[in-house]
Amino acid sequence: MRSASDTDFGTPARAGDAAVTVKIDGATVVVPAGTSVMRAAAIAGRRIPKLCATDSLEPFGSCRLCLVEIEGVRGYPASCTTPVRDAMVVRTESEALAKLRRGVMELYISDHPLDCLTCPANGNCELQEMAGAVGLREVRYGYQGANHLAAAKDESDLYFTFDPSRCIVCSRCVRACEEIQGTFALTIEGRGFGSAVSASNHEPFGSSECVSCGACVQSCPTAALTEKSVIAMGQAERSVVTTCGYCGVGCSFKAEMKGATVVRMVPNQDGHANHGHACVKGRFAWGYATHPDRVKRPMVRATIDDPWREVSWEEAIAHAARELKRIQARYGREAVGGITSSRCTNEETYLVQKLVRAAFGNNNVDTCARVCHSPTGYGLKHAFGTSATTQDFDSVRYADVIMIIGANPTEGHPVFGSALKRRIREGAQLIVIDPRQIEIVKLPHVAATHHLKLRPGTNVAIINAIAHVVMSEALADLEFVRARCEPREFENWRRFILEPRNSPEAVEPITGVPASDLRAAARLYASAPNGAIYYGLGVTEHSQGSTMVLGMANLAMLTGNIGRPGVGVNPLRGQNNVQGSCDMGSFPHELTGYRHISDAATRGAFERDWRVALDPEPGFRIPNMMDAALDGTFKGLYIQGEDPVQSEPDSGHVIAALKKMECVVLQDIFLNETAKYAHVVLPGASFLEKNGTFTNSERRVSRVRKVMEPIAGYEDWQITCLLSAALGYPMAYSHPAQIMDEIARLTPTFAGVSYEKLERLGSVQWPCNDAAPEGTPTMHVDRFARGLGKFTITEYIPSEERTSARFPLVLTTGRILTQYNVGSQTRRTPNESMHQEDLLEIHPHDAQNRGIREGASVEVRSRKGATRLRAHLSPRMQPGVVYTTFHHPESRTNLLTTEFSDWATNCPEYKVTAVEVMPVAKLEDFESVPHR
Amino acid sequence: MDNRRLIMMANQIGAFFEAWPDRAEAVAGVAGHLKNFWAPSMRRQLAEHMAASGGGELKEIVRDAVRLLAREAAAAAAKRGDEKPSGR
Repeated sequence: MRSASDTDFGTPARAGDAAVTVKIDGATVVVPAGTSVMRAAAIAGRRIPKLCATDSLEPFGSCRLCLVEIEGVRGYPASCTTPVRDAMVVRTESEALAKLRRGVMELYISDHPLDCLTCPANGNCELQEMAGAVGLREVRYGYQGANHLAAAKDESDLYFTFDPSRCIVCSRCVRACEEIQGTFALTIEGRGFGSAVSASNHEPFGSSECVSCGACVQSCPTAALTEKSVIAMGQAERSVVTTCGYCGVGCSFKAEMKGATVVRMVPNQDGHANHGHACVKGRFAWGYATHPDRVKRPMVRATIDDPWREVSWEEAIAHAARELKRIQARYGREAVGGITSSRCTNEETYLVQKLVRAAFGNNNVDTCARVCHSPTGYGLKHAFGTSATTQDFDSVRYADVIMIIGANPTEGHPVFGSALKRRIREGAQLIVIDPRQIEIVKLPHVAATHHLKLRPGTNVAIINAIAHVVMSEALADLEFVRARCEPREFENWRRFILEPRNSPEAVEPITGVPASDLRAAARLYASAPNGAIYYGLGVTEHSQGSTMVLGMANLAMLTGNIGRPGVGVNPLRGQNNVQGSCDMGSFPHELTGYRHISDAATRGAFERDWRVALDPEPGFRIPNMMDAALDGTFKGLYIQGEDPVQSEPDSGHVIAALKKMECVVLQDIFLNETAKYAHVVLPGASFLEKNGTFTNSERRVSRVRKVMEPIAGYEDWQITCLLSAALGYPMAYSHPAQIMDEIARLTPTFAGVSYEKLERLGSVQWPCNDAAPEGTPTMHVDRFARGLGKFTITEYIPSEERTSARFPLVLTTGRILTQYNVGSQTRRTPNESMHQEDLLEIHPHDAQNRGIREGASVEVRSRKGATRLRAHLSPRMQPGVVYTTFHHPESRTNLLTTEFSDWATNCPEYKVTAVEVMPVAKLEDFESVPHR
Repeated sequence: MDNRRLIMMANQIGAFFEAWPDRAEAVAGVAGHLKNFWAPSMRRQLAEHMAASGGGELKEIVRDAVRLLAREAAAAAAKRGDEKPSGR
């Protein structure tokens, strides 16, 4: 059931330019051509009874409840499937219509339980509401005939139940699964009275193809599909609009509340990023917020070998400040630093970098975006002038050819994945460049036209070869290049890219991609009216990550695919606020809005506002901090919402570094792996317990609203303020809105952002300023942010990490739908049972060569360390490449990964690790170890 | 900080810029990257290592960039009327 506070217009809005004027029950209404009579009536304030219609789905015309009378039209057409036409005159109420509707309702109710008072949908049931609306007073057919009332309830899904006795077979769930989610897991099996909703081939929901996105539950007009939380708690009393704390899609939700308890999360129909859709994580996996593992009191200890001691906030803050000041006094100002979190709000990351720069007096601040999308920031700023995506998500609706490189959107960014699938079903063509056969390569009604199954680490060779084909086969948009790009740089690049060594045939031995396939894909992308590139960490987490981002920017400029809907270079950010944490000045060399710390004018503005002198030189990145710690010169670290031990590469190196520090202050909601090496723990707040904003992958700034009080007493921004004050630099804010006002004051691209505007508009995409007061969905329309676009030579330089006789396989890593990054959140929800361990995917040939069977325990060994996992034989892999996830700390995947990193940004090379895999007796009796 | 790590990172940067056709621009590119993204202590350590060892493990383009940075620092110091180029 959708949120009770939503207005349902019955059928989707149409975007036609032509206006049509109709008269409905005497009221005149003007609507776009193609609008249904039902929707026009709703706009005119007339609610036509309906059951099978809802405005998130195309009209279906099955329930026969929405019948109307139209002058000049015979009979009683269904208002949901009848489009308006000019001068149409409609009556929505008459005696004849009332009789027809009551007759329909009688039939429905004759086969429906009459237990409204004890039904979980009581208070939010469309069937109940419609019975009232049509004035149902009796059911002439009685209740003794054949019925479905004894049908067994399916409780196999973790989060919702399917009760067929309450199903009216309106097909809304089936259509939601198809149209919104694009999984096609549901169908109506049988005919006539025997019609019934069925998951997959008549399987329980929990073991079917269903991905538990909940679109079916939201679309159900009765209690047939109901959240288990609603069954347990009843209907919510209020709702608060907020933003999801998981991936970079940044879905808007209504947190439906009963007191201070979340009853359910319902995706917001007005959400600009998700348009009412959600995934299994955002919709259902929020229980971690109240998990017993939450840290509720601050803790301190003198050394990491001591037991934790619970203390007051005052003592913990005073201890942390005292230690950090002691370290600076003894080892120097540069001996401490901070790490901001992409899971925290803009305001919170802003304050951490402010604390580091103003209170610590250095620029040793970095963010966990270092390990994911820092090459995006570097590459797109260099080429276009802005470290961000060029588009909004809705842009995909206009794409004709979609190129996905190193991303797995249906699992990593599922709501956007659904939008992609929908566009492909509508006819757009798909090119996938990925070492694995990711899900979207072949799905029901979706298939990639080309899948370039390259060897890990050869992205740059591929993108150069694609550009070589475009250039050498005269497929380039040279008019765009001449008008919009730096001529000298383009000429240098043109000479480089046309060199024969960049041809598909020349790179085939490197990439493993047949030249003919690559040429066909290049021609398809270049000849599309609108070609769009979407990419993820399979691009950035390489030694050549920044080079590849530059290569994609080159290709987009070369083909004129910049500056309008349907095109662009679109990074899919991993965490909810990766974009925001980068925007907020979290990198050691940049202040907010990506302005270099050495720029005197920018720095001066901050110095005046913050009333402190700032260091004009860049500080340490995270890997620099770890290296300096091992060197004995870096001794103190303030970490907000990040787990470097589990998420950084070469964990052994990170652990050794943390062990050498004298004060590690960890602010988090759980005791994560890094807590083992911390001296102070400051309990943080989940996204449900704080006010602020997140900025998603499409530069969209959305409000995060507090729906419950912080479990440990403080929102994270308040904790940073306490620490800063104890360090001698008080920051006086009473609400995050004031922090945003300061950000807007100091950041030209955020100049127009305010909480008042976010209340009014729902969200805005930066740049948001006087030139674009309501934000900027598409960037670089007439000119690039840097003026002219800049081509850059992108030489393919192989990774230092190479396979060998000892380590003949390449390990690459990723994530799956049901878990999220290091798993600290999703492992504390029922999602854990959907993915209980990280598996090693291995091609059957590689497995057979090593005597490895499905489910067998294997040891994975790299030159950095070893761990044990269970094997999953998968033809999705290519021979020579193995894959695993890193959602479980006991897997210790990052013991295997190396110190190699992107040349420009030090983003770690998670995607290429040379390994050997051998069968072992069992997973137990083995402690994963780094090789030292 | 471990010199080997600094050398590896510097050579990676050098390898990217080596492909540029204009040698002076490429050297300036490496120097600019070090200046914009490396903490001064890291730049200083690399320069000191090069001065002490000759920097044989460093790509030539990196050595040229380190020398360029030193010249720029000296020029800036001279402009400020300062005798010594300052680190931090």
